[in-house]
Amino acid sequence: MAEAVVHSELQWTSPQVLSKRPGSGEPVWLKNLRSEASDCFAEMGFPTRNHEEWKYTSVSPIAQTPFRPAWQQSASRPVQSAELDALKKLSGICLVFVNGQYNEALSSVQGLPAGVRAGSLASLFTTSDEIIAERFAKYADYRQHAFVALNTAQWQDGAYVWLPKGAVVKEPIHLLFISNAGDTPLVAHPRTLILAERESQASIIESYWGAGQGISFSNAVSEIVAGDNAVIDHTKLQLENDRSFHIATLQVYQERSSNFKSCSVTLGGALVRNEAHAVLDAEGAECVLNGLYLGREKQLVDNHTIIDHAQPHCPSRQHYNGILDGQSTGIFNGRIIVRPDAQKTDAIQKNRNLLLSDKAQVDSKPQLEIYANDVRCTHGATVGQIDAEALFYLRSRGISLKDARNMLVYAFAGEILERITSQKIRVLVDRVLHARLDAASRS
Amino acid sequence: MTTSAEHIELLANQEYKYGFTTDIEQESVPPGLNEDVIRLISAKKNEPEWLTEWRLAAYRYWLKMEVPEWANVQYPPVDFQKIIYYSAPKMKEGPTSLEDVDPILLETYAKLGIPLREQAMLAGVAVDAVFDSISVATTFKDKLAAVGIIFGSFSEAVQEHPELVRKYLGSVVPTTDNFYAALNAAVFTDGSFCYVPKGVRCPMELSTYFRINAKSTGQFERTLIIADEGSFVSYLEGCTAPMRDENQLHAAVVELIAHDNAQIKYSTIQNWYPGDKEGKGGIYNFVTKRGRCAGVNSKISWTQVETGSAITWKYPICILQGENSIGEFYSVALTNNYQQADTGTKMIHIGKNSRSTIVSKGISAGHGKNTYRGMVKIMPSAQGARNYSQCDSLLIGDQCSAHTFPYLEVKNSTAQMEHEATTSKIGEDQIFYCQQRGLSSEDAVSMIVNGFCKQVIRELPMEFAVEAQKLLGISLEGSVG
Repeated sequence: MAEAVVHSELQWTSPQVLSKRPGSGEPVWLKNLRSEASDCFAEMGFPTRNHEEWKYTSVSPIAQTPFRPAWQQSASRPVQSAELDALKKLSGICLVFVNGQYNEALSSVQGLPAGVRAGSLASLFTTSDEIIAERFAKYADYRQHAFVALNTAQWQDGAYVWLPKGAVVKEPIHLLFISNAGDTPLVAHPRTLILAERESQASIIESYWGAGQGISFSNAVSEIVAGDNAVIDHTKLQLENDRSFHIATLQVYQERSSNFKSCSVTLGGALVRNEAHAVLDAEGAECVLNGLYLGREKQLVDNHTIIDHAQPHCPSRQHYNGILDGQSTGIFNGRIIVRPDAQKTDAIQKNRNLLLSDKAQVDSKPQLEIYANDVRCTHGATVGQIDAEALFYLRSRGISLKDARNMLVYAFAGEILERITSQKIRVLVDRVLHARLDAASRS
Repeated sequence: MTTSAEHIELLANQEYKYGFTTDIEQESVPPGLNEDVIRLISAKKNEPEWLTEWRLAAYRYWLKMEVPEWANVQYPPVDFQKIIYYSAPKMKEGPTSLEDVDPILLETYAKLGIPLREQAMLAGVAVDAVFDSISVATTFKDKLAAVGIIFGSFSEAVQEHPELVRKYLGSVVPTTDNFYAALNAAVFTDGSFCYVPKGVRCPMELSTYFRINAKSTGQFERTLIIADEGSFVSYLEGCTAPMRDENQLHAAVVELIAHDNAQIKYSTIQNWYPGDKEGKGGIYNFVTKRGRCAGVNSKISWTQVETGSAITWKYPICILQGENSIGEFYSVALTNNYQQADTGTKMIHIGKNSRSTIVSKGISAGHGKNTYRGMVKIMPSAQGARNYSQCDSLLIGDQCSAHTFPYLEVKNSTAQMEHEATTSKIGEDQIFYCQQRGLSSEDAVSMIVNGFCKQVIRELPMEFAVEAQKLLGISLEGSVG
């Protein structure tokens, strides 16, 4: 298998990569889907910076790295760390994927109410399960988006969660994706499908954590469908190592009066792109997308959001804060589309950025596309540095420069953290953030 | 300044009141574009060798370029071979004084409300009148010359001040800048030229009035304004065209240069023929405008009221090169019926402590499509740069659309920048409030729109502010109820 090292664009889609994958007992429709998506990717190729949506992010480091599919990595070494334990403590319901493959030993589904189903997507498709299968890959558009196409063609495993009508899951459902690369760069394409039937409620945590020091590339796609009156609270944590690449697409489809809330926290990765697309396709759907991104050294963090108001009477909110240090780059591209019929839309989008060093940079592109008249849409973007007066105020009260700075940076991050619903997650992110700030001020 | 109901009605019935054509003998070149046409234009203007070569180089580059398609506007492709690139009213050997100007032309400008006879003017505004491809008259030249200001047509400047033209032409907008700038560089026919010497504060408003008259022509004018150290100039630009079913192309280039402590204020009231109610006809207004704040403490301020044109595609830019330089952009863009506008600005901060302000007000009515596209770029060298942007859109009717695409690129941590945008419709409660006090709904809308635009209108010189307010009222006519 060692020969199957992929490096050029052609080899990303070579039949070898597809045919040699294990668990080939797949249904025909899935095979067809894979080959169609593979063709789409071959046609589109990797986006370049000439592509308006990729104006500020070059993916050539990804295209040029000779990745090996993660599933080719022989049985992973046992993973252990205090950080992982902390992550695992977030919830009793935890599905763990190591290098893109479901790891039953590390997972547990304790406390999952009867009727609610959650597990490995790959094993689901070996049994014929129509409720879930017929909605797979129906939302994230692989015809338009190269990385979604790549994922659809090559995904190996991932999680599914199915919430039946009226089900309420009290404890968060944690989907933990661990990348554990050694000397060989590895690529995994985690795939998640969450179906919340009407009136169901759950909170989902998607976390990406890097175990090894090697280079890994996670190209994740998550599809979430919120049925009528369903309430979904989603948190995404990106804690991979500083050499890893991470491109994730979150595709949300909302039905009548559903409520979707997401908070994405990005702390790790060399090149991270988070895309969140929400389609509000029925009256009364509510959508909140929040995000916090911290960049240091040469990190590049790119957040793209699209909220598509397709129907009237839908409110949406977006709050993204970025803290950029070192030579890092923070990018925010938020788009609010209001379709011709979507009257009474109420959309607010805010992007704030804090620059901590002279070499850090920010590119922000908030966009409004409005085709209806009876709407209220606003967006705002700011870029600035730590307020000298606030710093002086704290120092005049005997607080050291280092502490004062940390306090102010922390407060800036707090604007987003306080919007995370689950206290457990808040505490975890809080701790990671503090460790990060301390490390930064020591160096 | 009142926009009383009868007044609006009166004007509205005339719809586009500048839509007449002047019947005058024209001299034009056959339609089409090739090197011979460019040589011909150049020869007609008796241009020096270097300028002809400059045009040809631009043309050769243009041939290799592709029509840009990134703007958020839709229109059938323009056939550049069907355009007449030079058309001028026939005149005796270059008019030397107003007495020599064809009375029909004077009448045309009188009809447009642009007085060319100095004694007839109330306020001191010096006008350069451009009719199709040439400048027909410039007023108050002597008075300006007395303080050392050079103001007149571009062709004249090429003859009389070739060293200044050569030094500054293309220094802000290079011929290779974009498709329409390259085309303009190849075929530009006339325009205004202004040079304000050191320490002079221009005693009056300068203005250029552009008029398209001939059929199937394109207007390609070029304006170059240079404000030398410590000077100040306020410049106005107005434009109209006859009503025709065909689309005519207007691709201008404006270059401004402000040296140390100089200040240029550039105001535009753009009222090209917008097309009829079905969106037929109208001017394609593809303009490149750019100012360079070259010196310390220099300031360039763009103010524009865009109510005309079928398609407007225009981004006045400030390059803030000097320390403490200031760039400003105030814009009102109104699209009614099937008009489309993709307009905005770029503020490029290079100098330390450079500051910029952007206030953009977009109004869409009918099937209008209005896009704000702006970029604020803060380079690593721009320590302490400051930007404030505000883009508001107002929607009138449920068929129109409004878009906002700002780009913020910050490469310096000491920069402070804020961008804010809102989109909303006129509140029913606001209209109700006005109606309750006896105003008709149309008057109420006109009043609210004027209030919405006030921040921009008040930046305009007095005479223009009055005209702009009326224009907004007329352009919105028929969009309510």
